[in-house]
Amino acid sequence: MRTLVCMKTILDPDVPARDFAVDAARREAVRGGAALVPNVFCENTLEAALRLRETAGGTVTVVSDGVAECEETLRKALAMTADEAVHVLRDGAGVPDAAEVAGVLAAAVRHLGGFDLILLGRESGDWGLGQTGGWLAEELGVPFIAFADRIEPSAGGVRVRRHTDNGHEVLEAPLPLVVTITNSDATLPRIPKARDVMRSYKAPVTTLSAAELARAAGAGSPSEPLWHVVELAVRTREVSCELVGGDSLEEKVDAFAQRLVAALEGA
Amino acid sequence: MSNDVLICLIAPRQWDRASAGLAGAGQRLAAELGGAVHALVVAPASPGIAEELARLADSVAVVEAVQPLDPEPLLATAAGFARDLAARAVLLGNDAASQELTPRLAARLGGSPMSDGAAVTFADGRIQVTRAVYGGKAVATYALGRTPAVIWLRARAQAPGVPATSPGGVRTIPTIEPKAAFPRVVERFEEPAEGIPLEEARVVVAGGRGIGGAEGFRELAALAGVMEAALGCSRPACDEGWTPVSWQVGQTGKRVAPDLYLAVAISGASQHILGMADSRVVAAINTDPQAAIFAHASFGIVEDYRKVVPALVARLAERRR
Repeated sequence: MRTLVCMKTILDPDVPARDFAVDAARREAVRGGAALVPNVFCENTLEAALRLRETAGGTVTVVSDGVAECEETLRKALAMTADEAVHVLRDGAGVPDAAEVAGVLAAAVRHLGGFDLILLGRESGDWGLGQTGGWLAEELGVPFIAFADRIEPSAGGVRVRRHTDNGHEVLEAPLPLVVTITNSDATLPRIPKARDVMRSYKAPVTTLSAAELARAAGAGSPSEPLWHVVELAVRTREVSCELVGGDSLEEKVDAFAQRLVAALEGA
Repeated sequence: MSNDVLICLIAPRQWDRASAGLAGAGQRLAAELGGAVHALVVAPASPGIAEELARLADSVAVVEAVQPLDPEPLLATAAGFARDLAARAVLLGNDAASQELTPRLAARLGGSPMSDGAAVTFADGRIQVTRAVYGGKAVATYALGRTPAVIWLRARAQAPGVPATSPGGVRTIPTIEPKAAFPRVVERFEEPAEGIPLEEARVVVAGGRGIGGAEGFRELAALAGVMEAALGCSRPACDEGWTPVSWQVGQTGKRVAPDLYLAVAISGASQHILGMADSRVVAAINTDPQAAIFAHASFGIVEDYRKVVPALVARLAERRR
């Protein structure tokens, strides 16, 4: 089984709201002192791929389409024991849309000799659009399954468990296949072992150029972007929280219960 | 390309707020564009759904399927229908099947996909969508470049449609099956519907990482019982396997807007806040006075939930008697 895991690097989503700002003119978030981190759904995705490798064998390659700092995400993936890392290097300007990223990823898939399974996170923790996986499946002309959390080998390809609105489904799927992965107890990312972290520093990372891949893919005729952001504003919410007081636990609980009852009666 | 709007309902179980909201959004966008609104309903649970749709849409096409369709025939059928209709926009709901379908349908139709729309309008010659971004810390408006616009919406939050004077016609269309092998659903599991559905509830009690295990959620269930509330959780509780994935409230879980939301041992990561920020009153129980959840709550208590919850259950049970 040759598996490709596509990973994105994003602005740390746990930056508190009070430290979050946007550049309204450029319509982008201001980075400030925030770190760039792997998108958590991409880590769930890698975990799903590594668990599949345990039962099906084969290799797990990770690819990231992004700026130079994405290499950190790839190193972390190697520390989680991905076999191979590929950085599709993009020069900083602008935020590419899902069609552009999927086009580059599809070109990378072909350049690297094809894969049985191509996995992506269900969405990212920054813009959160969740469109790249489905678009990539169409770009490659292969079937697509969203919101999966477990993949196992089967006679005809793979068995995929995916979450639905009120439960789950299991699908029998032929390969090749594009799947997006969601969070659950089956995809909780492993903590890398110290030894694997050490090894990841020295492991090679293959670098490809996003612009060259896009050209190779024949994206010569520029098409209309899927979307552009015309307005971006911080959501302001002013709530002042009253923390109930009291000399004993009982007094505090009483005060809290009274507030709850008032809210319930107002409900 | 027409100025018509197509609304797509996939495997609806009943005529509910989401169906009515989607129809309403379709009617309003069609009015802005000066076109008609058409509906495609795939595998409805009952004929009554198509009848309700016919009161709100100019035409209704029904794909009769015993089971909800597998993803590939669903895509082929919806794309075939939308292509023939040459709609300017295709609107879908926020169910998992619609979310899965959106990018592929847009790609097949040569259009622009968009997700998680809170509002859709037509402005400056473009279909525009407003949605939360950065875990709800910001709001963005996107102008869509290609036609048709294929958008899944927060359907429940849309104002319901207004019945037309003359009902539209209802017809049945066939399923299109791809020739190549495709993934097939071989097992389907639905959690038993217990108590009040999370998205419908007027009161929600939700637990987070600080609950510490499945046992703690049984205590929360007792509290939810006396408060006549639905139970929810934040992402860590679901990732630890303490709760079903369907309980998750947040960016990637359910969006709720109850009259009262009680967050228990939830730190308040933005992923979670996005799912409950529209609640009328938020209350929180947390041991950490610096927890981000308190910045979103009207009142709170800084205590261990293990001490507070049993006392609350006793107090609130007294009130009910």
